[in-house]
Amino acid sequence: MSVLHDHPAKAKEFVANDERMHWHDQALWFVREKRDKASKTIPEWETLRRYADQIKSHTMANLDKYLLEFEKNANEKGITVHFAKDAKEHNEIVHRILSENNVKKVVKSKSMLTEECHLNPYLESKGMEVIDTDLGERIVQLRNEPPSHIVLPAIHLKEQDVSDTFHEKMGTEKGNYDPTYLTRAARADLRQKFLDADAGITGVNFAIANTGGVVVCTNEGNADMGASLPKLHIACMGIEKVIPRLQDLSVFTRLLARSATGQAITSYTSHFHGPVEGGQMHIVIVDNKRTPFLQSESYKKALNCIRCGACMNTCPIYRRSGGHSYDYVIPGPIGSTLGTFRDPKKHKTLSFACTLCGSCSNVCPVKIDLDSQLYTHRQDLREKNIISNQKRLSMQFASWLMSKPALFDFAGKVARKVVPLLPKFMIYNRFNVWGKQRDIPTMPKKSFKEIYKEEFGNDK
Amino acid sequence: MTSKELILKNIKTNNVVQDTSLPDYSNFGLTFEDKHSHFSTMLESVGGKALFIKKEELEETIKSLYPDEKLITSNIEGFSLANFDANEEADPHNLKDIDLAVVKGEFAVAENGAVWVKNRDNRHRSLYFIAQNIILVLEKSAIVNNMHEAYELISFGEPSYGAFISGPSKTADIEQSLVIGAHGPKSGYVIFVE
Repeated sequence: MSVLHDHPAKAKEFVANDERMHWHDQALWFVREKRDKASKTIPEWETLRRYADQIKSHTMANLDKYLLEFEKNANEKGITVHFAKDAKEHNEIVHRILSENNVKKVVKSKSMLTEECHLNPYLESKGMEVIDTDLGERIVQLRNEPPSHIVLPAIHLKEQDVSDTFHEKMGTEKGNYDPTYLTRAARADLRQKFLDADAGITGVNFAIANTGGVVVCTNEGNADMGASLPKLHIACMGIEKVIPRLQDLSVFTRLLARSATGQAITSYTSHFHGPVEGGQMHIVIVDNKRTPFLQSESYKKALNCIRCGACMNTCPIYRRSGGHSYDYVIPGPIGSTLGTFRDPKKHKTLSFACTLCGSCSNVCPVKIDLDSQLYTHRQDLREKNIISNQKRLSMQFASWLMSKPALFDFAGKVARKVVPLLPKFMIYNRFNVWGKQRDIPTMPKKSFKEIYKEEFGNDK
Repeated sequence: MTSKELILKNIKTNNVVQDTSLPDYSNFGLTFEDKHSHFSTMLESVGGKALFIKKEELEETIKSLYPDEKLITSNIEGFSLANFDANEEADPHNLKDIDLAVVKGEFAVAENGAVWVKNRDNRHRSLYFIAQNIILVLEKSAIVNNMHEAYELISFGEPSYGAFISGPSKTADIEQSLVIGAHGPKSGYVIFVE
C-alpha cells in the first residue's frame, strides 16, 4: 500500500512539533467557539438545521427534476450549462471553453470541486496560467501545497511561513510578519492579475433551480472581481449544489457563515444570474462519483454537505493532526466519510481517525450523521477485508468476547485483579499501540454492573 | 448516451433518499424591536459603520468621511461630488482607479448587517468590488428583520446580478488575524437617509 495515504503516519509527523500542534488545535477551537456564540444568538437555530436537512433531502430525492429545472432557467438567463460525468470530462469542458475564447490567463476563486478534479495542473499542462485568488489558497499555491482546510486553506501556516513565502515569490520585505502588510502586498499583486485575466473561474455554493442562477459566498470579494472583470465566467459545481427555490437560500445563508467562522453572513453573497455585458457565462455540473451516494442507505446524507468546515473545527483528531494528514481533497470528518466511500482501499485509515465523540454531527448545519457514517465505514471495511490484520483480529476478538456476557464479566473480574499486579513491560509493549503515549486508567475495584446492582438492585 | 442523460439516469436508479416536504417560511425567524440599532451593531462587528442622516446632508457627510478621495462615482441622482460616470464606461477595467463609489442599496437586513444591491442603476457589477472604498446609501425605511423577509423582496426575472454586502472586504487567512480590505473595498459605510 502507498505510504502516502496513511493517516496515523502523517499525523505522527504533524504531532512531532508539539508547540505547533497545540497552536493549531487552539486556532481551530477558537473558530469553533465563535460558531457556538453565533448560533446561540438565533433562537430558531435548531429549526433552521432541521429545515436545511429537509430541503437537502427533498432535493436529493428529486435531483434529476431540479437539475433539469435549473438548466432550463439558466439557459433563459443566457447561461450555457454543461454536464460532466467525471473529473476528466469536467477539465476538458473547461479547457475547451477557455481555448475557444483564446484565454491565456485565468483567475480562480475557491472551489473544492476544481481541487477534486485537479483542474489547475490540467490547465497548466495546456499552457494556461491559473491564479488562485483567495488569499489562503494563493499562499498554499505559491508554496505548492494543497489547502489543509476547506474554509481556511492556510490554517496550518504561521505568519512567519507566509512572510517567507511572500518574500521569496513576491519580493516582500524579509522578516516582516505583519498580517496587514502581507495582505496588502497580496492585494496589490492579485489586483493586477484580476485586471490582466482573460477569464474567471468560480465555485458554486448554491445553484437555484427556480431562478437558474448560482450563489457564491466570499469575504474577500475575490470571486466577484474574477467573475465580473473578464468577459468570461465559468462556474463549476457538483450535482448536489442545487436547491429548489430562491427562498430556500434564506435558510442556508443564515447557517453557512455562522457555522463556518461565526460570522452572521459572509461579506459578499453574490447571486449570478447571467453573463456580464457582452460576455459569456458557463456552468459545468459534475457527477464524478456523486450519484452512488444516493443509492446508499448508510452514506446518502454525506451528499448534503454545504462545505462550512464546522466538523473540522470541532474534531479533536483534525485539530491535532492537521488537514494534510488526511490526504484527501476534503479533510476532517466529512472528508473521511466521502473519501472512504469513494475509494475505500485508498482511504482505509480515515474512518479510524475518529474518537466517535459525535461533536461533528452536533455542529453540522445540515445534520449529517457523520459519526455514525464513520462507525459504519469501519464495519464495511472489515467486511470487505481491507483493514489491517491487527485491527481485524482485535475487532473479531472483541465481538466474540462481547457476545458472551458471562465470559465478559469473568474477563473483567480477572483484569481488575491481575492488571494492577503486572510489571510495566507486560502492559506497555509493542502490542499495546494505544499505550504508546498514554497511561491506561487505574483499574476500578468494581465493574459498573456490580456498582449498579449494589446501588439500585432493589429498585423495581 | 450523453453525460447529461447518464447522470440523470444514475440519479434515478435506486435512489434511496426519502422525499420530504419543503419548509414554509411565513412568520418564521428572529425579529427585532429596533432593527436599525441591531443592524448598526452587526455592521460594526464586521468593520463597517451605519450612519443616519437627512437627505440634504448626504454630500456634506460624505465629504467629511472622505475629504481626500479623488475619483468618485455615484449612481445616486443629483449627487454633486461625483466626478466620474462609471455607467458611461463600456469596459469595466476602466473603473480600476475609482477611489470612492457611492451606490444605491435596495434594503438592509437587521440580523446580519447586510445590504442588498442589484445592478439596475449600475452598469458594471465589478463596481462594488473594484472601488477602493464604497458607501451604500438607502432609505431609512428600507430594512427587514431577517433573511427570510429579505428573500421575499428579491426576484430574478431577467438576467442580472445581485449581492448581499456586509461591511468591507476582509480576510483572516494569515494566522487568523483579521485584516480589513482584502480584494474589494477597504471600508464600508452604510448611510440611511430620511
